[in-house]
Amino acid sequence: MFELGQAEWQAIWLTVRLCFFTTVILLIIATPLAWWLSSGRSRWRVAVQAIVALPLVLPPTVLGFYLLMALGPRGFIGGSLESVGLTHLAFSFEGILMASVLYSMPFAVQPLLESFNSLGRRPIEVSASLGANAIDRFFSVILPLCKGGFIVAATLSFAHTVGEFGVILMLGGSIPGETKVLSVLIYDYTESMNYEAAHQLSFLLLAFSFFVLFVVYSINRHFQVTKI
Amino acid sequence: MSTAMLQISANLQRGDFTLDVNVTWPLTGVTALFGRSGCGKTTLLRMIAGLEKVSDAQVTFAGAAWQNARQFVPVEKRRVGLVFQEASLLPHLSVTGNLLYGYQRTPDALRRLQPDAVIRMLGLETLLERRVDQLSGGQAQRVALGRALLSSPQLLLLDEPLAALDTQTKRDIMPFLSRLASESAVPIVLITHSPEEVQRLADRVVFMRDGAIDEICDLQQAMARPDSPLFADEGPATVLTGVLSDTDEQGVRSFGVEHARLFVQTSSSEVGQQPSPMTNTRLRVLARDVSVALDDPERISIRNHLQVVIQQIHELPDNRLLLTTRLADGQHLLIEITRWSARQLGLQTGQTVWALIKSVALVR
Repeated sequence: MFELGQAEWQAIWLTVRLCFFTTVILLIIATPLAWWLSSGRSRWRVAVQAIVALPLVLPPTVLGFYLLMALGPRGFIGGSLESVGLTHLAFSFEGILMASVLYSMPFAVQPLLESFNSLGRRPIEVSASLGANAIDRFFSVILPLCKGGFIVAATLSFAHTVGEFGVILMLGGSIPGETKVLSVLIYDYTESMNYEAAHQLSFLLLAFSFFVLFVVYSINRHFQVTKI
Repeated sequence: MSTAMLQISANLQRGDFTLDVNVTWPLTGVTALFGRSGCGKTTLLRMIAGLEKVSDAQVTFAGAAWQNARQFVPVEKRRVGLVFQEASLLPHLSVTGNLLYGYQRTPDALRRLQPDAVIRMLGLETLLERRVDQLSGGQAQRVALGRALLSSPQLLLLDEPLAALDTQTKRDIMPFLSRLASESAVPIVLITHSPEEVQRLADRVVFMRDGAIDEICDLQQAMARPDSPLFADEGPATVLTGVLSDTDEQGVRSFGVEHARLFVQTSSSEVGQQPSPMTNTRLRVLARDVSVALDDPERISIRNHLQVVIQQIHELPDNRLLLTTRLADGQHLLIEITRWSARQLGLQTGQTVWALIKSVALVR
């Protein structure tokens, strides 16, 4: 039944690349952000938490629309890029990568935040008093004790980006090899009434998503973060 | 060379909580921060550790500015050993992993304690390969103490290290703490609200109340006042310090100098089977365990008779009197008797009498 053509493979490869880079960037951004949120002294905390969670409630078209405005040739960001001789980011891989990072942010921040909250400050205070500096503390205490949180954050970011559609359609359009990811390709097939091809890819995504969630939930059970 | 000092000043207002301190004490022996919960002890300790960044505060350790208007030395640079109420062991490491965590991060030149010595001192030999969740509360706390010591700290900060343990475990771990206090040569700051822990361990007491320092004095002074907060639990008591001799055939050890000598019946389990003789040991005598005689009674089961001079007589509630007396070696001994018996014996200040001590406890 599964016969994947060149268009399909191109879309799969593009989707994997997009998800991979999104996940890497998100882990780099979300870790300090979640740490800051969990330390909870600043009065900006609640506002930042709300902004991070926005993609959960906003229609993807709204996010896509504002990103198109900002990243496009006349937008605040796109325009500045043009003026220094670069190209704007609408309808480009970099553009949808940026959108994916914002769109999947809550899925990286939330598990890390929970994991950091249940870790508490004590292990960090202990390791600092024993002479470990910030980087040492991260690798010798936070990472091993919040391993579950990091795995869940990475998996959810990756999987959620696979499922991204509205934002990409608004901002990236449907350029093969550049912005035509799996979800967009399925949409295109359905539009042109090629139900068999659409079904094939849809089923692939369904199976993948189930697998990911299965993995996440079993990890969540096995890696209860220990509170000391 | 003058003694190194620890100096802290801070003025902090956080909601209902205020902390207003400016205090200095020498970096020797054990300094107890004593007071009710919520009086600011923990905040003070966290400031010393560098875990609490109180603005406009100053912390100076042996002449080095740990915190002032211009700089804040981070906790990992202060080299302080921390032990909390909960053992707070790192759960992903074994006992050995925990013990060596700080040791491995201490430069060779600064290492003053070796793992073997600390493991022996705290009786950890049989626990080394265990996972930390297989330890009892008392064992975990001993590992936490060892871990702190092995980072060769310049200062050991103990935040109610025994408060979360049950009575029996407390009794088991106390000898180790006593040993730490007398052997480790690291200055210790101990937070406690237990008068017993102060009497056993402290050399100096900082009395705190409502975010302020009431008084700072050495243990002898703190226990000289008849209304001392340290007498809240068990009534007035005296802590005598001196040299404890070898055990004789009957299991009796003598303590102190001639004319002020006491005899102690020891059980082998006490004070962690230390080699004897021991210097700088402490005996605790409850004032109500001491009686007064005008002559030295010879045919009596009480074996500890000391000649003392009455220096002061204080009135206590319920028709009781507290006598402050002086031993031949200059140390003081508190004696609690009834007003009625004092009148019968005609006791007055300046008089020489015999103190009959019914029981003493070797506390350190």
